[in-house]
Amino acid sequence: MHVHEGKLIDMANPYLIHPATIIEKIREAEDIHTFRLRLNDEKARRSFRFTAGQFNMVYLFGVGEVAISIISDPDESESLGHTIRSVGRVTSAVAQLQAGETLGIRGPFGQGWPLDEACGRNVVIVTGGLGCAPVVGAIEYMLRRRRHYGSIKVIHGVKTPRDLLYHERFETWGKQADTEVLLASNRPDETWRHHVGVVTDLFEHVLIDPAKTMVLMCGPEIMMRLGVPILMKRGIPATAIYVSLERHMECGIGLCGHCQLGPYFLCKDGPVMRYDLVEPWLGRVGV
Amino acid sequence: MREIGVTAVASEIGILSRSDFQRFFDILCSKEYRIVGPTVRDGAAVWETIRHVSDLPIGWRDHQEPGRYRLEQTGSKEIFGVVHGPQSLKPFVFTPREPLLQIERSRDGFIARPTPPQREKVAVIGARACDLAGLTIQDQIFLQGEYQDGYYATRREGLFIIAVNCTRALQTCFCTSMDTGPRAKNGFDLALTEVGDQLLVEAGSEAGAELLSALSLSPATHKAIAEAAARVDACAQSQVRRLDRTRLPQALYDAHEHPRWDDVSARCLACANCTMVCPTCFCHKVEEAPDLTRQRTEHARLWDSCFTQEHGHIHGKNIRPTIKDRYRMWMTHKLASWLDQFGTSGCVGCGRCITWCPVGIDLTEELASLVSSSSSARA
Repeated sequence: MHVHEGKLIDMANPYLIHPATIIEKIREAEDIHTFRLRLNDEKARRSFRFTAGQFNMVYLFGVGEVAISIISDPDESESLGHTIRSVGRVTSAVAQLQAGETLGIRGPFGQGWPLDEACGRNVVIVTGGLGCAPVVGAIEYMLRRRRHYGSIKVIHGVKTPRDLLYHERFETWGKQADTEVLLASNRPDETWRHHVGVVTDLFEHVLIDPAKTMVLMCGPEIMMRLGVPILMKRGIPATAIYVSLERHMECGIGLCGHCQLGPYFLCKDGPVMRYDLVEPWLGRVGV
Repeated sequence: MREIGVTAVASEIGILSRSDFQRFFDILCSKEYRIVGPTVRDGAAVWETIRHVSDLPIGWRDHQEPGRYRLEQTGSKEIFGVVHGPQSLKPFVFTPREPLLQIERSRDGFIARPTPPQREKVAVIGARACDLAGLTIQDQIFLQGEYQDGYYATRREGLFIIAVNCTRALQTCFCTSMDTGPRAKNGFDLALTEVGDQLLVEAGSEAGAELLSALSLSPATHKAIAEAAARVDACAQSQVRRLDRTRLPQALYDAHEHPRWDDVSARCLACANCTMVCPTCFCHKVEEAPDLTRQRTEHARLWDSCFTQEHGHIHGKNIRPTIKDRYRMWMTHKLASWLDQFGTSGCVGCGRCITWCPVGIDLTEELASLVSSSSSARA
């Protein structure tokens, strides 16, 4: 196996799939599971490196592949975490698997969050629904290097309390120094002790120093299209706002053509994109 | 004037009479090439493995118009009277279906093994300048990105390309305005120009020069070369279609809300023919095809098209649900965003999408409508 810069990809054959064993399956919500995977090949496992925000093509024998972001901590290479909602042909079949069974991995692909560039700055993380998955690794990474970053604000919105994943993680993050976790639900139940409304309402509840802040965003495109203008009105330039975008992906290497957004191939130019670059294309019907 | 094209390697241009053309085939056979050329099948010119000059569509001509392709017998001895059929060079290198991996269940889960294509020497006779331009674009996509596609590379390495300079333009041709033809400028091993009873032969590569010297042709006269050049020039002059690239890509980006998209989408059937015949379209999907034992499965890539329902599908929603969205995606990518992505247009002016469109949609006409008054029509 040829490993290129920590990628599990043979440069001559980026289509090659590597078996990985499910070592843990965690039920996050009714139709959402987190799979902890361990690459079977020891050499592959030791050399696999990724940055938070990148994704893998996750493969199920006889069924196919699907692009899924990596949620695990980039510092922890022994296992890989993928949170998967059972919604399509491949993900529904994957949801049936149990610990001990095999999936395939190809990756990592794409551009992750600009965590080096965020050094020394305050970081505001805005996510909605399952959009919290691609930032988990970034939050863990920053908290592990706490003194390199300014204040960290995690702002997350869900439809109903049952849609909230990673309860323990949110709980732990909120207890870290200079780290705030704000949650919103627009269809809460009687147990909900956080904000009632949509995630963008929470912007009013946080102090933002626009010149020192970087924003990481992931969630439904409508959340980004409505949320970003509010942040920009607060003085944060579009160049300091990063969004993780989603499109249909078959190859992961910019060849299959499905993930185009204007001039970009989101699988290789993204999925994390600086907002000013994609702003002209987001919200255009059919793009 | 010493050359018909501009980058010929050999300074000499050889001349061969039509009746001697079989020698060309014999030499290619002796060098163990499988020869592929245009043949007449089901009313169109299609690539087939051939052995003899007589397998070529001698005496046939094609007539192409929006939504119409017809072959006719002229009774002449013209060898390359048919300009082109629905296929470009694309299927030789980026095949409609390419098996990528054979995956077998194992004790450890599964084992995936690449299934590279067999190396094969293939000599293609009759590629046109637009086809060469299309192949150059495919090369850029599959060979010059971050990853070199090994499947494509293996097929590409085996290709020996014998181009034919066009001396007759179709109604649907607009290569002149795309600066890709009708003269084969580069990307060929040998280029032929048919003038009367003779074929002028020039080399465009080392391999081509080697074959040219093996043919030991007599050198073409200045007069014959001038005559060939004049015919190719006349072909360029005679093209009736053109595509105005001057304000691209921005003019098309600006035309996103133009009412013309409603007009064209009312005619478009979303059949995907345009993308299948296009020499540059590269979209593909990956198919998993398990056998009946469920112990083995083949992982293969297949041509896909942005006109299909699935292309813009993402968990529960479709980015491009309407034909309007899909036609706009195709054309905006082909003529505008392709420039941003690859520094070149995605269109080579071959006109196939016009001919093979069942309702005769003409992208040159659509573009002209879209960019002429786009600013006033912006939402």
